[in-house]
Amino acid sequence: MKLLSVPLSTLKPGEKSNVVHLDVLGLLRRRILDLGIVPGTVLTCIGKAPAGDPIAYLIRGTVIALRSEDACLIAVEQV
Amino acid sequence: MKLKLGDHSNALQYHSRVMREQFGIRTTGEQYVIALAGNPNVGKSTVFNALTGLHQHTGNWPGKTVDNAQGNYSYRNKSFLLVDLPGTYSLLAHSVEEEIARDFICFGQPDATIVVLDATSLERNLNLALQVMEISSKVIICVNLIDEARKKKLSINFDELEKELGVPIVPTAARNREGLADLQKAVYSMVVEKKKTWPKQIPYSEEVEQAISALLPKVEELSLARVVNPKWLALRLLDSDVSFIETISRYSAIQPLRTVASQRQGGEFTL
Amino acid sequence: MSTLNPPDPLLKIYSDTESVRSSSGIPIADRVVTDIFAYTEKLTQRVVIREEGLQSSWKDNIDKFVISRVFGYPLMLLLLGAVFWLTIAGANVPSAMIASVLFAFQDVLTHWFQLVQAPAWLHGVLVLGMYRTLAWVTAVMLPPMAIFFPLFTLLEDLGYLPRVVFNLDNMFKKANACGKQCLTMCMGFGCNAAGVVSARIIDSPRERLIAILTNNFVPCNGRFPTLIAIASIFMASTLFLSQSLLAAGMITLIVLLGIGFTFVVSWALSKTILKGEPSSVVLELPPYRLPKVGAVFYRSLIDRTIFVLRRALVVAAPAGALTWILANVYIGDVSVIASIAGVLDPIAKAIGLDGFILMAFILGLPANEIVVPVLLMSYLATGQLTEFDSLFELKKILLANGWTWLTAFNTMLFALLHWPCATTLLSMYKETGSKKWTFMGFMIPTVIAFSVCFIVAQVVYFLGLV
Repeated sequence: MKLLSVPLSTLKPGEKSNVVHLDVLGLLRRRILDLGIVPGTVLTCIGKAPAGDPIAYLIRGTVIALRSEDACLIAVEQV
Repeated sequence: MKLKLGDHSNALQYHSRVMREQFGIRTTGEQYVIALAGNPNVGKSTVFNALTGLHQHTGNWPGKTVDNAQGNYSYRNKSFLLVDLPGTYSLLAHSVEEEIARDFICFGQPDATIVVLDATSLERNLNLALQVMEISSKVIICVNLIDEARKKKLSINFDELEKELGVPIVPTAARNREGLADLQKAVYSMVVEKKKTWPKQIPYSEEVEQAISALLPKVEELSLARVVNPKWLALRLLDSDVSFIETISRYSAIQPLRTVASQRQGGEFTL
Repeated sequence: MSTLNPPDPLLKIYSDTESVRSSSGIPIADRVVTDIFAYTEKLTQRVVIREEGLQSSWKDNIDKFVISRVFGYPLMLLLLGAVFWLTIAGANVPSAMIASVLFAFQDVLTHWFQLVQAPAWLHGVLVLGMYRTLAWVTAVMLPPMAIFFPLFTLLEDLGYLPRVVFNLDNMFKKANACGKQCLTMCMGFGCNAAGVVSARIIDSPRERLIAILTNNFVPCNGRFPTLIAIASIFMASTLFLSQSLLAAGMITLIVLLGIGFTFVVSWALSKTILKGEPSSVVLELPPYRLPKVGAVFYRSLIDRTIFVLRRALVVAAPAGALTWILANVYIGDVSVIASIAGVLDPIAKAIGLDGFILMAFILGLPANEIVVPVLLMSYLATGQLTEFDSLFELKKILLANGWTWLTAFNTMLFALLHWPCATTLLSMYKETGSKKWTFMGFMIPTVIAFSVCFIVAQVVYFLGLV
């Protein structure tokens, strides 16, 4: 059964997910692609900054932080 | 200052020199130009510092507010100029840093390009290495931070990696100066002894390959092969925005023009 | 040899392929990247073997504290305070030692000048002007820098700074700026000119300009000695340790105030002349790495300490000579310096300073390091005190010249907020390529410094607190 996709920003620390779709446009899309965030990539939420934003994710062995308004443009499904 | 060129003085040599000057690179006498590329946070500047020591010169890339560091080192009586490119994740985006790195590797005609990778995150780092290998065959891959990889109990099969990628692979831990001599030796074999490489080309999915082959004849008609790899150019025509294509046009227009100009000067040129 | 290729054919092919780029669901750029990563993923699985039995190291858990909701901010504040405290407390003794050696050598120099029967004015310009200023700048600047820069470089090499960006990014977002601006601020603690140049790491031109225009609100190394000296003097306490703790606390407060101004001004700029929405931030948090202490010391001493000290000395020598001349050339009964100070005095008094202090800040435009030496020299030249042997006499001199706690406080405020030094202005011009933005970079802090000091002074005067 296929789960519904949710925005990446809704992930809680410790949760793992699979990238389904990127809604990001322009330069940021390129950036995100170049970090290896493509459909099928597994992302793990590491934690949020004390103020709740940005949010850090583990991506292919590296920790990358994104602002929540950017992260919510990445659709994921939970693993 | 007038410089009389030595036995290397053929049109191609001039041409690369003139091109390099576009990037603010000035070599003295017989000096090989080595570009240093890599992702941010992989210890690229540690490699740079370890190789060049205090023989460094920092400034800006011409017309850009981006740092440009160059340094010299000698190995077996040959002199090498190491050009530290801005740290980038890729060569495809359009930030100024990536533009500089891409344009230099593409059009600055370095004698070799060292791509520094983080041994603990090869998966992401190889992206850049493969992109560089698409542009140039004179690539040396320096897998840095192997000390960190050891601590993380990662063991890397470097022979296998070298066989797969077809270019020299040098493991280093630049902070402890480990592997630096091997790196210098690899550079020497490539640029002085002209050791051959067979860089692995990225296996694209059928859809992409089809799009490339459809476009390739048109690109080859332009006879830019000496300037850029036609397959790479075809792909960029398919996936980039127009400013990138304009840059390529500009540089490919400069190249033959400059070559002709320097031929006329007959053996001398003015620095 | 290939023929000339006009740019057209390439662009023509490009426009011909427009249909390929805009057609069908997945853009080809995505396919390309997906293919590359599919390949590297497979290749990595083949060549990298992850051995079992890996024990978790301190590095895996440290981020639980560093970026945690509870500990994140306090830890940052604590580290900031600790760096200042180590700098202040650690620099005290070496500063005094260097000062006593250098000032003792001044007597030797004087003796030599007497031996060769040099004219008094030559001795004045070279020894009392130039040498004494150099001695002061070295004694006051060298030890704190030799402590501050290595500490800062250690944090940098450890990988802590990206975490600071991570923790503070939300505040910068609220000010419509970029989180990486705080890296330029960290750099600014060392030297504002370097801070301005480091704004290059910010991609958006609008956010980069904000970072450049506000960098001056973090006190640079040239202003720290002024702040530290005044804070140490006016934080009276009998215990050595607690005095330096109090001073460090005071400095931390001043720095926080500067950071506060950075946020307010950044926000105001992005609501007025630099309108815009915050752009996206993609920030890598690299793994922590134990720094090589030797390399850190070497690099921070060579690259930063010596560089900044040399720049300060080059400016300090002529400025010292000039100040001595101004202080010893008389028009009628009044020295030039006193008459300039007299002109400035009404304005200076209105903002809680005095004419000499304001003049010292103006003469300090080439480099902020020389503000205190110039001030001292102009006070000494006017004759209340003729000789001072150690840094600890500073308080006596200041009190003799009518300093109150308000003078001390407003001098610190003014030092924090006033115009950037000439080198920083030059860097602003080089980075922005615009006279207009360089002028703004001068005016914004200047207006703020005068306004804030004016308000504070007037409130204090009105309430009759001094």
